[in-house]
Amino acid sequence: MLEIKNLHASAAKKSILRGINLSVRVGEVHAVMGPNGSGKSTLAHVLSGRETYQVTAGEVIYEGKNLLEMSPEERAREGIFLAFQYPVEIPGVSTTYFLKAAVNAVRKHRGLEELDAMDFLALVKEKMKWVEMEQELLNRSINDGFSGGEKKRNEVFQMAVLDPKLAILDETDSGLDIDALKIVAQGVNALRSEERAMIVITHYQRLLNYIVPDFVHVLYDGRIVKSGGKELAEELEARGYDWVKEGVEAAPQANA
Amino acid sequence: MNQALAEKDHYLSIFERCDQRGAGPAWVQPLRQDAISRFAVLGFPTTKDEEWKYTNVSPILQFPFRPAPPETEGSAAIAAVERATAIGLPLHRLVFVNGHYAPRLSSVQGLRGRVRASSLRDAFAEAPDSLKAHLARYADHKTHAFVALNTAFMEEGAYLYVPKGAIVEEPVLFLFLSIGSAAAAVSYPRNLIVAGQGSQVTVVEAYLGSPGAVYLTNGVTEIAAGEDAVVDHYKLVEESDAAFHVATQQARLERSANFVSHLILLGGALVRNDVNAVLEGEGIECTLNGLFMATDRQHVDSHTRIDHVRPHGCSRELYKGILSGGARGVFNGKIYVHKSAPKTDAKQTNKNLLLSEEALVDTKPQLEIYNNDVKCTHGSTIGQLDQDALFYLRARGIGLAEARNLLTYAFASEIIRGIKVASIRDQLDRMVRTRLENQFRAKERGS
Repeated sequence: MLEIKNLHASAAKKSILRGINLSVRVGEVHAVMGPNGSGKSTLAHVLSGRETYQVTAGEVIYEGKNLLEMSPEERAREGIFLAFQYPVEIPGVSTTYFLKAAVNAVRKHRGLEELDAMDFLALVKEKMKWVEMEQELLNRSINDGFSGGEKKRNEVFQMAVLDPKLAILDETDSGLDIDALKIVAQGVNALRSEERAMIVITHYQRLLNYIVPDFVHVLYDGRIVKSGGKELAEELEARGYDWVKEGVEAAPQANA
Repeated sequence: MNQALAEKDHYLSIFERCDQRGAGPAWVQPLRQDAISRFAVLGFPTTKDEEWKYTNVSPILQFPFRPAPPETEGSAAIAAVERATAIGLPLHRLVFVNGHYAPRLSSVQGLRGRVRASSLRDAFAEAPDSLKAHLARYADHKTHAFVALNTAFMEEGAYLYVPKGAIVEEPVLFLFLSIGSAAAAVSYPRNLIVAGQGSQVTVVEAYLGSPGAVYLTNGVTEIAAGEDAVVDHYKLVEESDAAFHVATQQARLERSANFVSHLILLGGALVRNDVNAVLEGEGIECTLNGLFMATDRQHVDSHTRIDHVRPHGCSRELYKGILSGGARGVFNGKIYVHKSAPKTDAKQTNKNLLLSEEALVDTKPQLEIYNNDVKCTHGSTIGQLDQDALFYLRARGIGLAEARNLLTYAFASEIIRGIKVASIRDQLDRMVRTRLENQFRAKERGS
């Protein structure tokens, strides 16, 4: 469903992604791990169309289409969802209004009828249970005054409501205490399905105890330097990123 | 002879030839005479005047404006009122069409006790004591040329008297409709709100115009809030896109009064509005909030001045501007803390959102403080839409135009949410939304 080939991207003329190759099939969960500054968040943002990053080489094919030619909203309507590492606070826009507009934009694109207020509320109420969210949050402005945990839960909740084909979770675990982490993971696991793929970006192995991936990739210096099964995450936890770094620096040509 | 001088003479000669100015009690005539004399000296302001630095009034001077003939109950007027029902017509209302009172469209029978709402002309006929005590006592016709002109020509407007201790629960609407006329028309709405000690009242002033109509509204509203009075004042300006609106609201507040002013400027080719409040007693609370939106070639200038004269006054001011297209906005806010006003607590904020490359705003917050024992802050910002927020919305499938619309609305909504009366809040909210939708639709058509 997603084919990333030799993807290069930069921000403010600084090269960040330097030849990413990754293939994701429907139903799979891929974890992308890596130390700070390795390009994890850049990858997430490039896939969702953030214009502050420039793609300088390579291609991304999503369901047979050239993803890089699509605007952020087109990608979302085509079924790509990014759970933000830092969800944005937008005072003055109610969560309900925002989500209804988003749901209907996606439905319209898929040729479905727009949801009316009643159906929308029913949908939302059901999905809120998955992440144990208080209904009161719906009446508040988007993420306005939310705690870190509430913001991350809100991301997973939005994901549940929008029902994407490809979900990209950008450090959804960062900054969460163990209880919040469990709730978020529980929501994500409930969304795992044969019809959906996920890319779970994380700095820590901890999350992968709860969301068990099919594949683990290690990103370092803008490239995927190691790929494996879920045991790779455990090895990383035990040996640290230095182990990977040393390997790359000893054989710099291996992944070029 | 240059245009400003020619235009000045135009108004002076209308004043000379105008004989129905006999309206009103004897004490009014010297006021008018004094005002026209001041206008003769002042003339129209130019951009060399500090208070008019960013607002050139010469577009107003291109038209030989004259008062419109009274046709207040014609079909056009009724149609305009029907359109205006979009803003809702509350139980208590005084309606004016092209500057003339329209008694059949008005409704004041529901006011109880000694609360009095009438046209100014009717108030002149009855000449209550409160009229003489307050009319033209506060708005400055000595130095402000447009206030001087309004005072010279004052004949009609809304008069509202709320006696000591009276609580008016429903809002009172002053509705000024301009439906256009054969010649470019000027009206001089002159409003007076007197709120007695411990009284409470909510007033909505709305100025609406038919699209394309060319006219000038030159208005003055004086507000006298007595001790402990609570006055909640709203002013909505949605004049025609070819119209001019120059107006001053002048509030005089007494001990422990609570005055809230909301100003919503949405329409007009050139709008200049002054809101001034003088805190004459101790422990007064004064809130001035404003939202101005301008697009295309609109020019919107919002001036405010708060005078802290006595101790323990608290003022809060938040003005927000949204400028798009080739529009120009001005905010000038002055807080003047007199030596006699220790323990003053004043906060002023002006935030502006520019939605196009060509839009421009001049913001000038000013604090003048003559007492050391005060807490005063001010700040102003000019910015564009938050790119992170824009991306967040788009990443959820919301299109660029709608995302911009939502964020612009969010910026405006801080003012709307501050409105206490739900019915007014909902109406203004709808108007702001409609305005934004039209703006974005026009933009989509244009591109």
